Amino acid sequence: MQTTSDEALIGRIAAGDKLAMQVLFARHHVRVYRFVLRLVGEPSRAEDLISEVFLDVWRQADRFEARSQVSTWLLAIARYKALSALRKRPDEELDDETAQAIEDQSDDPEVAMQKKDTSDVLRKCLTKLSAEHREIIDLVYYHEKSVEEVAKIVGVPENTVKTRMFYARKRLGELLKAAGVERGWP
Amino acid sequence: MNMIRNKASERQEIEALLPWHAAGTLSRRDAHKVEQALQSDADLAIQYATVRQDLVETIGLNESLGAPSARAMQKLMADIEADASTARRARSSFNLGEWLSEKLSSFSPRTLAWSATAAALAVVLQAGLLAGMFVSERQGGDFHTASVQTDQAIKGGTYALIRFAPEATTGDVNKLLENYKIAIVDGPSGGGVYTVRLAVTGMPKEELARTVKKLQDESVVRFIGPKPTE
Repeated sequence: MQTTSDEALIGRIAAGDKLAMQVLFARHHVRVYRFVLRLVGEPSRAEDLISEVFLDVWRQADRFEARSQVSTWLLAIARYKALSALRKRPDEELDDETAQAIEDQSDDPEVAMQKKDTSDVLRKCLTKLSAEHREIIDLVYYHEKSVEEVAKIVGVPENTVKTRMFYARKRLGELLKAAGVERGWP
Repeated sequence: MNMIRNKASERQEIEALLPWHAAGTLSRRDAHKVEQALQSDADLAIQYATVRQDLVETIGLNESLGAPSARAMQKLMADIEADASTARRARSSFNLGEWLSEKLSSFSPRTLAWSATAAALAVVLQAGLLAGMFVSERQGGDFHTASVQTDQAIKGGTYALIRFAPEATTGDVNKLLENYKIAIVDGPSGGGVYTVRLAVTGMPKEELARTVKKLQDESVVRFIGPKPTE
């Protein structure tokens, strides 16, 4: 059975259809939430921000030009909202510590290595990456965004996307090596 | 000299594309280029294996983040109600009731009777269309959230996260499930990822690793990894 496309939903939202808004929200809110949570580190804050993201969609639906996927547009808005919220936070800067807050409350990679297997260590190391590297890895692996789409979301040239992803992988390899996991690369 | 430099930059280009190849988001042409390079370059193949491992764990990590509470949707709908743009849209939308009463007041009783019949038919037709649209949305293949599990809730057993190759047909997938006696119990969520039950009981770690490796080598499978325990 066919479902209404995201683009058609946006058209209906632009005409003031609240049911269409709920359908779009149901389709995308979990992924948008996880993307925002990885950036801001606080579940309640991430929840507030996704409401703001979709409210922006409600307000700007008539301006959506379908030059990118709806999910790409949503992530671009979400990223902007998350970074703005982080900038507003008093006494804190947009740095690695902020976004590591979610996963970093337990063991270091070294300790995890002693306890469990490579998979656990790898996850720990993923949370140790800088916000910039973590963001690009999430967009490519979890949100399945192409080079072009990542460039649109992050607002950098496509070549920068490729280079940044390469260095993110390299950094991840270094963190793993430091935690005692040798994978043959880098 | 130039040829060596070209070869090196071509390899760098392929190296940079590995993550997108693993995620299945490259164009057919680029995917073909990467595939060819992987067949002839052992170092690149090692690097690609690490990329696939990173991909599996990134998905696992994100999936473990949970989902927002119902509060997010409630807040959104309340904000929409209170938003100035909502009121503006409501004002500018066409008011069928007003238009009808204006027209009807100028008609003769006979014309009025026909108009009433036509209006009733229009209401029935509109109701049918709305119901159809609603059913289509509620039953559609991808109308669900990653946090919602199917009726076959996950209980006991050994599970894995799997993403099938984009070119795999339903027949290919069914054949794979049948051959390995595995079942899809949840998904797709987070980028076409399904949860499959590999066994109804807990599998020893070595056996699990063997099964995952075997499945990983199947062309139908884009990637597979043990499902993280929550």
